[in-house]
Amino acid sequence: MSGVRVLAGTRKGAFVLTSDGSRKQWKVSGPYFSGWEVYHVKGSPADPGRLYASQSSGWSGQVIQRSDDGGATWAPVGNQFAYQGTPGTHQWYDGTPHPWEFARVWHLEPSLDDPDVVYAGVEDAGLFRSVDGGQSWQELPKLRGHESGPSWQPGAGGMCLHTILLDPVQQGRMFAAISAAGAFRSDDAGQTWRPINHGLQSEGIPDPDAEVGHCVHRLAMHPSRPDVLFMQKHWDVMRSDNGGESWREISGNLPTDFGFPIDVHAHEPETVYVVPITSDAEHFPPEGKLRVYRSRTGGDDWEPLTKGLPQENCYVNVLRDAMAVDTLDSCGIYFGTTGGQVYVSPDSGDSWEPIVRDLPAVLSVEVQTLP
Amino acid sequence: MIRVVLPAHLRTLASINGEVRLQITGPVTQRSVLDALEARYPALRGTIRGHDGGPRRAFIRFFACEQDLSHNPPDDPLPDVVAAGTEPYLIVGAMAGG
Repeated sequence: MSGVRVLAGTRKGAFVLTSDGSRKQWKVSGPYFSGWEVYHVKGSPADPGRLYASQSSGWSGQVIQRSDDGGATWAPVGNQFAYQGTPGTHQWYDGTPHPWEFARVWHLEPSLDDPDVVYAGVEDAGLFRSVDGGQSWQELPKLRGHESGPSWQPGAGGMCLHTILLDPVQQGRMFAAISAAGAFRSDDAGQTWRPINHGLQSEGIPDPDAEVGHCVHRLAMHPSRPDVLFMQKHWDVMRSDNGGESWREISGNLPTDFGFPIDVHAHEPETVYVVPITSDAEHFPPEGKLRVYRSRTGGDDWEPLTKGLPQENCYVNVLRDAMAVDTLDSCGIYFGTTGGQVYVSPDSGDSWEPIVRDLPAVLSVEVQTLP
Repeated sequence: MIRVVLPAHLRTLASINGEVRLQITGPVTQRSVLDALEARYPALRGTIRGHDGGPRRAFIRFFACEQDLSHNPPDDPLPDVVAAGTEPYLIVGAMAGG
């Protein structure tokens, strides 16, 4: 029977949660890298045994860990992330120029077909690639070097490149998103980039429909239809049907359109999930009710999913990298909270169960569907 | 033989049990000790100071003989008792940063 392996990064280590395809009984292992912040752990689509983890701390900075056996053992690999050339400046919170400074890796995106190739989205916003299994890292500098780069500003969480999507159909096409610069697209494997933010409206910036400056929180796509992109922006849930050339709002009847994660059902490209959060100041669910919202129509029309989720006195957040889907026949949906819970729905969101309740604050959740 | 004591999180990272003992050829300085340490344990590169001998990370401190050496020039000689292995060279996670 096939199974799943959930990779949870938390404020104080990583955890690996495994189950068979029923997703009822779980084995919890960890913490790995105990005491360190683990922003992200992700497995290679080409080799499920190959995992990469981003481990960092205020004391000792960035470490990248690699496992070749599905998380049973780990070894540190390369951790030198040097911006190419003279890094230059972006805007600081007070509007002054601020030198680009590497802080940490937010997101690791392994290649679709080569386990030794992996991309890293970092703070301050930049994109790096390793072609040797994480031993060494080279910047793809044209993204950070885009002519708008000196005007980018950090969001409250830092100026991070947090989303990397690899197009499985059009070779070399990839998408990235940066808080608070916006969404970007490359059609040549990351050699050149252009902003793709037409249609976004952000009241928090001087020109609401500016080419860059939008606080995009997350992008998602279904692999069978990479021209269709979904976006959770700081405020607003958005959709593009043309690879990001233009966007339209699909917030519809959501109770609030602020939030962080967004994801797509593994077998239904028009079924989308978000977790509405009250506001940018109130990072918890409206009315203290933890509700995932699902649209089966590609947006606009949303239904709350509540069975098994706390419906009173719940004031956790769900961060942007903390939702994932498996590819079993009955698609599983997963998310983690800042309260340390990791929830699973083995039935596409109809019902939920906590896998674990008391981890450190969950920063990221990924899932691997195992043969 | 130089004795080096690392904080727990770095001992775990580099799979080190107890003190590290290093043989240094030439002057015993903070730089030469860290160079030797990183050569033996490459996983520590970038976690104590910048890569390629860069500056000390903000929340890492260097102590020896009840003195804070963190702000001393990296090429200053370490105390004779450290060079002789009588006293350890302490790499400490500052009371901040975590």
